[in-house]
Amino acid sequence: MTDKPNDPAARRWHDMGGASAGPVPMDGHDFALWEKRVDALMVLCGSKGLLSVHGLRRVLEDMGEEAFENYSYYDRWIAAINQNLVEHGVYTLEELGTRMADVAARGGTYGEATDG
Amino acid sequence: MAERVRVRSLYPPGHVRAPAYLRGRTGEVERALGCFANPEQLAYALKAEQKRLFRVRFTMAELWGADAERPEDTLDAEIYEHWLERI
Repeated sequence: MTDKPNDPAARRWHDMGGASAGPVPMDGHDFALWEKRVDALMVLCGSKGLLSVHGLRRVLEDMGEEAFENYSYYDRWIAAINQNLVEHGVYTLEELGTRMADVAARGGTYGEATDG
Repeated sequence: MAERVRVRSLYPPGHVRAPAYLRGRTGEVERALGCFANPEQLAYALKAEQKRLFRVRFTMAELWGADAERPEDTLDAEIYEHWLERI
């Protein structure tokens, strides 16, 4: 050993290598339509140079530990994609807010898939 | 004779591509992997410098000390040159 073990206060919360962990869940899971759309949006934005995996990770890390306790995987992804697109000037927060209100007005079942 | 390096023991905020558990640890360069755009700059959509990337081999004894179950086993990690210092 070259020095004392890394100071837990010095490492950032997401940097979990070497930390204790519980069992790995091995059961599979299905994806909702909106989750598939988030995945597609990530690929599309990447192909247009608006988002990289590095930019995605940076925002996920900055969300903090609480976001990982309270939000789902794709909840965090869409938040990170959104943050990067706003930073790139693809749209403004005002435009986003207006569109979110429009979509919400369509009703709670609008986004549900009927044929998988 | 393999080149020995130490991962720099720095803890800046932000998107860092050197895991904390390796910082301050000493290993040897297993091979050079070529040059890549620095992901720590790409993460902020900044113009990224080309940085050399190395595969560095650490022993479990170096990483975990007395806690290592198999001290002679090794772990390879890919670390950018700006996180390494020659020793």
